[in-house]
Amino acid sequence: MINKKVANAEEAISDIKDGDTIMLGGFGLCGIPEKCIAALVRQGIKNLTCISNNAGVDDFGIGLMLQQKQVKKMVSSYVGENAEFERQLLSGELDVELIPQGTLAFRCMAAGYGMPAIFTPAGIGTEVAIGKEVRNFNGKDYLLEKAFEANFSIVKAWKGDTAGNLIFKATSRNFNTVMAMAGKITIAEVEELVEPGQLDPNQIHVPGIYVHRIFKGSDYEKRIEKKTTSV
Amino acid sequence: MLDKEAIAKRIAQEIQNNSYVNLGIGIPTLVANYIPNNINVCFQSENGLLGMGPFPKESEVDPDLINAGKQTITMLPGAALFDSAMSFGMIHAQKIDLTILGAMEVSENGDIANWKIPGKMVKGMGGAMDLVASAKNIIVAMQHVNKAGESKLLPACTLPLTGIRCVKKIVTELAVLSILPEGGFKLLERAPGVSVETIKKATLGKLIIEGEIPEMAFD
Repeated sequence: MINKKVANAEEAISDIKDGDTIMLGGFGLCGIPEKCIAALVRQGIKNLTCISNNAGVDDFGIGLMLQQKQVKKMVSSYVGENAEFERQLLSGELDVELIPQGTLAFRCMAAGYGMPAIFTPAGIGTEVAIGKEVRNFNGKDYLLEKAFEANFSIVKAWKGDTAGNLIFKATSRNFNTVMAMAGKITIAEVEELVEPGQLDPNQIHVPGIYVHRIFKGSDYEKRIEKKTTSV
Repeated sequence: MLDKEAIAKRIAQEIQNNSYVNLGIGIPTLVANYIPNNINVCFQSENGLLGMGPFPKESEVDPDLINAGKQTITMLPGAALFDSAMSFGMIHAQKIDLTILGAMEVSENGDIANWKIPGKMVKGMGGAMDLVASAKNIIVAMQHVNKAGESKLLPACTLPLTGIRCVKKIVTELAVLSILPEGGFKLLERAPGVSVETIKKATLGKLIIEGEIPEMAFD
């Protein structure tokens, strides 16, 4: 098996440059690649375009990169939990493209499946449709949305093997699978890294062909955004 | 006049047996608390779960298991997990029977605005534009008037749209209304003690009143 293992987050992100476009998996703070984000903050890589469903919170996730002013542009569907984000947006320091969540997922999926574009009804009749091609199929209008092109995808999985096969836990799967498939170079950080043969092939969510680098992260914080309990 | 819990309770009466339902953030989330015992319903959370259960006990909290509002949740027996592409795939393939969501404005032809106030609020549309573009049935839970006392049921929306010609029914603190295919808010029910006159005053869009309007019935 081809060995994709690298030592740590620093090695995994070592060739990400100022101005690159990167995808970051996760929904809210669930399933975010927290070790790679920390390494990007330590390395101080700037002018990044980040494609990610959310922008973290002020002091965790992509919020840490925003605080260091490393992000030039965010492409997201929902950014409501981050005051620093809102400040940079309103002051014009940060460029933001808000797109429907399904469109975000499908544009990743299209990249991973080798499709140049998809059609979706999301955004028809709204400002999202401005400047986009509309096609009618069976009496309903659809927007043409193009596949993402990202230099790097960074995802977080529960378990992986050194061949790059990935398994996700619960709702931390979210955008991680389609983003893993969409990057020109895909970096996966995992909680548990094993040798080939130790994961059940029936259980693999992303086959290793999509993954270029994999490493085991330790001491995951897994911060909870809105802990809600019942009695 | 209904409080938020009562709006949720009234909407819960709309849920058909054996249906798949997506609940938005806010009042819609409360609807899950009022499903009658004889109704089988499966809740979808668009971050990748069918079969969403109640909030966890302290000992069951799992940071890898949240709903679309980022709250910790549980899974019911028979639950299924998937990624965001499949989640919006099932939404656009119209496998979801009912979507319940909040709104800032609804127009008399069924347009909805709920994601942006220019210059004031930029949070993003999340999954709302997908849900309203493809839902078979959309019920909106909202206040009839805003904090300034202005009607949110309008001839045309003034805020940036989330979707067009999609809302089928609205439940507010004052009334239940359907949106007619040819346009217009048809008054179906009044909240207990609320007069037709009050509803007329609070509705800026075209209001259609035919015959006696019954009060909402609660068990």
